[in-house]
Amino acid sequence: MSPEKQTPQLDVPYLAQLARLSLTPEQVARFSGQLQQIVAYVEKLEEVNVEGIEPTAHATPITNVFRADEPRPCGDPGPFLKNAPQQANNLFIVPKIVE
Amino acid sequence: MPLTDRPIHELLPRLAKKEIAAADLAHDVAARIEAVDGRIHAFLEWDRDELLAAARDVDERRARGEALGPLAGVPVGIKDVINVKGHTCRCGSKILQGYVAPYDATVIAKLRAAGAIPVGRLNMDEFAMGSSQENSAFGVTRNPWDLDRIPGGSSGGSAAAVAAGEVQLTLGSDTGGSIRQPAAVCGVVGLKPTYGRVSRYGLVAFASSLDQIGPFARDVTDAALLFAVIAGHDPNDSTSLPEPVPDYTRALTGDVRGLRLGLPKEYFTEGMDREVETAVRAAVKTLASLGAEIVEISLPHTAYALAVYYIIATAEASANLARFDGVRYGFRAKDAKDPMDMYGRTRGAGFGPEVTRRIILGTYVLSSGYYDAYYLRAQKVRTLIRRDFTEAFQRCDAILTPTSPVPAFRIGERADDPLTMYLSDIFTVSANIAGICGVSVPCGFTAQPKLPIGLQVLGKPFGEETILRVAHAYEQATAWHRERPVIGDS
Repeated sequence: MSPEKQTPQLDVPYLAQLARLSLTPEQVARFSGQLQQIVAYVEKLEEVNVEGIEPTAHATPITNVFRADEPRPCGDPGPFLKNAPQQANNLFIVPKIVE
Repeated sequence: MPLTDRPIHELLPRLAKKEIAAADLAHDVAARIEAVDGRIHAFLEWDRDELLAAARDVDERRARGEALGPLAGVPVGIKDVINVKGHTCRCGSKILQGYVAPYDATVIAKLRAAGAIPVGRLNMDEFAMGSSQENSAFGVTRNPWDLDRIPGGSSGGSAAAVAAGEVQLTLGSDTGGSIRQPAAVCGVVGLKPTYGRVSRYGLVAFASSLDQIGPFARDVTDAALLFAVIAGHDPNDSTSLPEPVPDYTRALTGDVRGLRLGLPKEYFTEGMDREVETAVRAAVKTLASLGAEIVEISLPHTAYALAVYYIIATAEASANLARFDGVRYGFRAKDAKDPMDMYGRTRGAGFGPEVTRRIILGTYVLSSGYYDAYYLRAQKVRTLIRRDFTEAFQRCDAILTPTSPVPAFRIGERADDPLTMYLSDIFTVSANIAGICGVSVPCGFTAQPKLPIGLQVLGKPFGEETILRVAHAYEQATAWHRERPVIGDS
């Protein structure tokens, strides 16, 4: 990577907010430097000529896997609900959203 | 000699003839874990009584003359990222504190159907992100060959447990090298199957287009035995493919005459440890002397694989890990004033630094204005990397490379430098990007200190029989897999 190359400045507080991650100011400072370095590294992909190349999302040669549209028992919700930090009446409990 | 020192393919006929009992094997596994795991820390937890009870059950069924599966009574250690019903599955993370798996992953159901006994939760880098095990929230696992060194990652616990002789077989997962790299630096065999060969149902997702579950073992035959049990189509994983599952052990003929093995020139350049290069080149010579034809090949986009990987894997991870929000599983930050506050503080406190970095990076490459420049471009280069392999496999049946560019490094040596850490995966990520299979097999040791080196054999999609045949023929011609580490005062 040439030193004059302009890598976009990462706005870590904004990205952390998009990703719902509360960070301390120390974390923001540390991650900013480290991530800037990583982004500068991955920018080497700019060297590759990708004109006319289709993107690959998946390495398997299959599309549209269907199964019979038939009702099936979904099992006991108990063990799933038990993993929630807070639950009642077969529902997950979250902090109040609407006053 | 404890039974843990013998390969499973040797013990199975003895178990069948009742010369030994499953309880004897389980007892030796428990004794070995108790003797050495305090120093290795491969297991996050395991249950002695549960293991012994399961083994006794197999013995009783055998005594009654019941039909038993191909791995009846064989303990298999499980990486902490695979759901085992009724047990914790924390993925090496604080955020899954208190989570109890409500169901068995398909690979666990297949193990049980084969009579195998799933054992414990093996330590790992948090959410399978890392190459050193230092990202586990529950302490580092140590390399049995040198307790001051890393066991590789992210399946470091799975590799170290086998290398330390605690259990002969374990399962790990490989998204960018997380089976092969720890196998190499711990001196054991590790197989990353073709994408779609093994069901991912019940595997906690890191990067869904790259993840595969695979086996660890001391030798290729044992790895093939375990692989045959876990492979196959699963209606619960729409990306698993309905190819028939062959008897992989039948592919282990010891004969590589006439096989064309490709040496990609791009893998033998800068940054490789000299002893690693020497050992791998010697392994190539050995295979040539066994009758394989060595052909020079080129994989021109190799230099871009790591960049493609760190864009695609982090993008997929940022989406997959969105589910850990304090609502349905495990940890939730206390006294949140509203849901947004709860999400942010739960995730901020629950995820460790590497996972946090990767979520931020993945969010960045997918964010408006940057998507085309990073994510879409990486997907296009992914096409070129796949094409490289398709073309290379027209000239050869399998490809030989080093697994890791360096032997096990010291704990802490790379911990503060994520980019240098990522370079540990430089020879392994391409297989995940292209969806092909790869196996790492021991091919020597460094001189001082004595640390294992791994040879990687890459194969075509669903070419596992070929790469296992090559790895097995090499193994049978050498004695590396018979070497054992000396663990402290044990």
